[in-house]
Amino acid sequence: MKIIVPVKRVIDYNVKPRVKPDGSGVDLANVKMSMNPFDEIAIEEALRLREKGVATEVIAVSVGPDKAQETLRTALAMGADRAILVVAEDVEPLAVAKILAKVMDEEQPGLVILGKQAIDDDSNQTGQMLAALTGRPQGTFANTVNVSGDSVHVAREVDGGLQTLSLKMPAIITTDLRLNEPRYASLPNIMKAKSKPLAQKTPADYGVDVSPRLKTLKVVEPPVRSAGIKVADVDALVAKLKEMGVAA
Amino acid sequence: MKTLVYAEHDNASLKDATLAVVTAASQLGEVHVLVAGSGCGAVAQQAAKIAGVTTVHVADDAAYAQQLAENVAPLIASLMATHDAFLAPATSNGKNIAPRVAALLDVMQISDILSVESADTFTRPIYAGNAIATVQSSDAKKVITVRGTAFAKADENGGSATIEAVSGSGDSGTSTFLSAEIAKQERPELTSAKIIVSGGRALKDAETFAATILPLADKLGAGVGASRAAVDAGFVPNDYQVGQTGKIVAPEVYVAVGISGAIQHLAGMKDSKVIIAINKDEDAPIFQVADIGLVGDLFTVVPELVGKL
Repeated sequence: MKIIVPVKRVIDYNVKPRVKPDGSGVDLANVKMSMNPFDEIAIEEALRLREKGVATEVIAVSVGPDKAQETLRTALAMGADRAILVVAEDVEPLAVAKILAKVMDEEQPGLVILGKQAIDDDSNQTGQMLAALTGRPQGTFANTVNVSGDSVHVAREVDGGLQTLSLKMPAIITTDLRLNEPRYASLPNIMKAKSKPLAQKTPADYGVDVSPRLKTLKVVEPPVRSAGIKVADVDALVAKLKEMGVAA
Repeated sequence: MKTLVYAEHDNASLKDATLAVVTAASQLGEVHVLVAGSGCGAVAQQAAKIAGVTTVHVADDAAYAQQLAENVAPLIASLMATHDAFLAPATSNGKNIAPRVAALLDVMQISDILSVESADTFTRPIYAGNAIATVQSSDAKKVITVRGTAFAKADENGGSATIEAVSGSGDSGTSTFLSAEIAKQERPELTSAKIIVSGGRALKDAETFAATILPLADKLGAGVGASRAAVDAGFVPNDYQVGQTGKIVAPEVYVAVGISGAIQHLAGMKDSKVIIAINKDEDAPIFQVADIGLVGDLFTVVPELVGKL
């Protein structure tokens, strides 16, 4: 079976985002960009399933600007077999899910593995939306994935612990942090990735309207906390706690 | 405007997360609550008593026992024919179900709202809480998840809503619940705790974490949290994790012990009323957000603190 892994190019997670003074958004000019960390975990899981002989091909897909090619090359260097780039800027999760649904129609994968959320818009929607649009089951926030026959068992991280579901394939899975430890791309593999196939498409090729439904009116810095104090020792801390009524 | 609130529950009792969502929904219009589950009559009774709720819809069916998204989402989508907005708590359950509902209705979801500015305009955090966006939706129906700590809880008593039975299409047949492993917590639940004591990587191992953090938490009657580093190192189960990828908390007092204060962690706790940090590195970023900081070795400071409380 094939596995499709959607990946997103986002601001690197180590970079502290700066809000533009005019409130129009976050300043992404000359900022280091990387693959969304949850998507790296998704690629890793797909590769492990291929190494186990469960999957035959891993296809990385990105909906994003031209530069998302770099992100797809990273996925190819990690070990994905081929890539598809759908060139479009600032596409909302609903439109991404619609494009991915069309890619699923074309490729007929057994699994689609996505990250649970992108660290830029923090939406946590695309996987669930894709599952709804295709009428397929969803295993969100996956901690463990086991394919058995024509179904997949997914242990999910839920409030309070873990929950295990059995999903009929094809199924949609979104990764949580603890699913695996993604591998690094080695230099020879980075070189090899340059010659792997990368197809370029547009939303129009799939007949998907990507016009946004949400309009961002403004983006501001979060309220700044007023400067605190440092206490010298435990006695001073205890006194403060008593003052606040936290301790008797 | 008629709103439909998704009730968070375990078939036996209603979870607190629902109350904050009712508050958010009441800022939009008439509040209806959906209780989907199996043998969930008591939950419906509880929901009917929440101040401000006018109608409780109860879908009592074995197919909804585990609230699987595949089964519950079509039920909600059908109820949306007579509602204008669907609001769910931004819990793992709400985040699982709401986007599926949104896609079935062909609308964009607005995730994790912090405030209701008007019927179509909301604020929400982006970039791990490093920016707050004001967004306006052009969709006819709104699908929203609500950050529980950003809204006051509606009064659990004082309402007298009518209870109506509803039914949906039942089991989709595509997913099956196999098992659940729920971590035992004798202390207050993190998202509703008034005080939280949280530990980081500096706690060394699971035994040291338990021996150091738990006595302090017990003294203060606090819930226990952890940083991602502490969870990844296996000191505590992952549902203790406070942060962008864990739980978002906003207690009255948050005590960060041996936590450096990475962006990912701050995103989960910086709305706490008072933040207290204990760390031996005086340059740790946690001190930039802490109201009260104590620079010192936690292995001497914390036991001393426990002794003096």
